Amino acid sequence: MGKYLLRRILQMIPVVIGSTLLIYALVFLLPGDPVVAIFKGKPAQPQVVAQIKADYNLDKPFIIQYLLFLKNALTFNFGKTFSGQLVSDVIGRAFPNTVKLALMAFVFEAIFGVVFGVLSGMNKGRWYDSVILVLSLLLISVPTFVTGFLLQYVFGVQLAWLPVTASADPGFIDLLMPAMVLGSVSMASIIRLTRSEISANKYMDYVRTARAKGMSNKSVTLRHIIRNSMITVVTYLGADIGALMGGAMVTERIFNINGIGNVTYQAIVRGEAPLVVSVVTLMVLIFVVCNLLVDLLYVVLDPRIRYE
Amino acid sequence: MSNANSVNKPVEQEPTEFDRKAPISAAQVRVIEDGTATLPGQERFVASVEDIPMQGIDQVDEGAPASSMWAQAWRRLRRNPLFIVSSILILIIVLMAVFPGLFAHVNPTACSLNDSTAGPRAGHPFGFDLQGCDIYSRVVYGTRTSVSIGILTTVAVVIVGGLIGAIAGYFGGIIDSLLSRLIDIFYAVPLLLGAIVLLQMFHDDSNIWKIVITLTLFSWVSMARITRSAVLSAKNLEFNTASTALGSSRIRNLFKHVLPNSLAPMIVTATMSLGSYIVAEATLDFLGVGLQGNVVSWGVDISNAQSQLTSAPMILFYPSVALAITVLAFIMLGDCVQDALDPTGELR
Repeated sequence: MGKYLLRRILQMIPVVIGSTLLIYALVFLLPGDPVVAIFKGKPAQPQVVAQIKADYNLDKPFIIQYLLFLKNALTFNFGKTFSGQLVSDVIGRAFPNTVKLALMAFVFEAIFGVVFGVLSGMNKGRWYDSVILVLSLLLISVPTFVTGFLLQYVFGVQLAWLPVTASADPGFIDLLMPAMVLGSVSMASIIRLTRSEISANKYMDYVRTARAKGMSNKSVTLRHIIRNSMITVVTYLGADIGALMGGAMVTERIFNINGIGNVTYQAIVRGEAPLVVSVVTLMVLIFVVCNLLVDLLYVVLDPRIRYE
Repeated sequence: MSNANSVNKPVEQEPTEFDRKAPISAAQVRVIEDGTATLPGQERFVASVEDIPMQGIDQVDEGAPASSMWAQAWRRLRRNPLFIVSSILILIIVLMAVFPGLFAHVNPTACSLNDSTAGPRAGHPFGFDLQGCDIYSRVVYGTRTSVSIGILTTVAVVIVGGLIGAIAGYFGGIIDSLLSRLIDIFYAVPLLLGAIVLLQMFHDDSNIWKIVITLTLFSWVSMARITRSAVLSAKNLEFNTASTALGSSRIRNLFKHVLPNSLAPMIVTATMSLGSYIVAEATLDFLGVGLQGNVVSWGVDISNAQSQLTSAPMILFYPSVALAITVLAFIMLGDCVQDALDPTGELR
C-alpha cells in the first residue's frame, strides 16, 4: 500500500507539471498581450507596461516565466492582483465558501444520486422508476444556469423560502439552494449510472450464488449488488469534482456567492490573466489530489484490487 | 469490468439460513403420490409433454441469412419507440438548423424597441425580448448555432480523440506511454475551466470555430481513453493474425480490422456527449466568454434574458426549452444507440 501510494504520487508530478504548463501556455503564449488588456485599448505609457511586465516576470523567456510561476505556486505565493491585493488573500477569502458549496453539492449528489439510482435499478419498470428516469433526463438536458434561475425565481423570489442571493459569509441556509443547483446535473447522471449498474449486476452469477446459499435479500442487495455497483459510481464521483469546480463558477454567479468561481469570473471580465492562471492552477491541483483519493477508495470498495 | 473477475469472490463463510434452523421433523415431510418426499415449499409444477412440445436445444434457423453486429443493432434500434421519438425530434431540429426560413418568416435581427418585452400577438407567437426582437424567430434561427457547434465538436472529438487513442492502444510501448501521459495531463484540466481560460483570450472576437476548437481541445480525452481500451481488446483477436498472415500491413490492419471493431463504444460515447457540448457552449455564453451578442444563439439569448427574469420570465423560458429539447433528443438517441449496440452492457 505504501509503495503504491508513493508510485501514484510520483506519477502525479508529470501530470501536475504538464497541466499547469498547458494552462500557462494557453494564456501567455497565445497572441494577445495580457498587459495591454489591462488598459482596455487605451494608450499606455511604455514605462508602465515595462514595469508591469517586470512585476509579473513577463519580460523573461517563456519557460523561465513558467518555472518562476510554478515555484511560486508551490509555495502559495501567487503574487499580487492588478489592483494590488495579494492573490493568496483573495483566494483565502473566497476559497472556504467554494469548498463549503462544493462539499454540500457533492454530498447532495452522492446521497440522492445513489439512493434514487438504487431505488430505480432494483425496481425497474415500476412507476417510480419511470418518474425518476424522466426527471433525471430532464435535469441533464436543462443547463445548470437555467435550473438555477428557475429555483431562484420560484423559491427565492416568489415563495421567499430561501435567500435569493448569499451573504458575504454564507451559511448553510444561504448555500442550500446553490448546492442543490450545482449538484443537480451530476445527481441525475449518478442516478442513471447507478441504475444501469444495479440492473446489470442484479443478474450476475455471484448474486444468484449468494441467494442460492440462503443469504437474505437485504445482505445480497447491500453486500453484493450495491457494493459492486459503487465501483463505477465512485469513479464518476472522482471525475465529477472537476465538473463541480467549473460549475461553481456558474452557480456562484447566479447566487452571487463570494467564491473562487466568482473571483475567476471577475478576473476574466477585467482581463486579469495572471489571476485566472493562479486560480485555475489551484483548482487543477485540487482535482488531481481528489482523483488520487478516489483511487485509494477503490481498496475499500473492491476487495479484488490489491496494492502491492 | 467488475463482472469478469467476480468469480474470484471469496466463498461466503457465514452459516446459511438452512443451518440455523432446527432439523425438520418427520411430520413436516409430506409424501406425495409417487412416493418421493417433498419438504414444505418445494412443491413445483411440471407440465406434461403434451402441453409443451419438445424442442431442440440451442436450435438455430439455418435458413436465415447471416446478419452482422451492425444489422442486429439496427434491428434492435428500429424496434425502440424512444429511438423513433428522438430521431423525429432530431430530424426537425436539423431541418430547423439548415432551413430556418421554413419555420420562421420574421428576421431575427430586425428588432424595434417599440416592441420591447411586448407579449405575443399574431405572427409573433412567443412575443418580444428586451431589444424588441421576435423571440420565436430567434429561437428558430438559434438552432443552427447550437446544433452546428454540437455536431462539429463531436466530429472533431471523434477524429482527434479516436486517432490518438487508437495509435496509443495499437502501437503500445513507448508511443502508448507518451500518449497516455498526454491523456493524463489533459484529463487533469476540467472542460469548463480549460475552456474559460482559453476563450477569455479571444474575449472580443469569439466565433463558432473558436468554440468548437476549444471544446475539442478539452474533451478529446474521454474519447481517446475509450478508443484506446477498445483497440487494446480488438488488436489481439484472431482475424488480425489471419490478416497479417495474408500479407496485410500493420497500418492496414489498424484501419481495416481493429478500428471497425472498436467503433461501437466510440459511437455510443459520441452520441451521448453531443448534448453535453451544446450545454457547455450555452454555459460559456452565459459566463460571457462564449459567443457575443451579434450572433443569434440560445446561450446568448438566455444570458441576456437573465436581467428581466422577474419582469418577463418568458424571454428566458423559450430559448431554455428549445435548448433542453435539443439536448434531450440527443441524449435519448445516445441511450437507444447504447442499448442497440451493447445489449448486454459489456462495453461499459
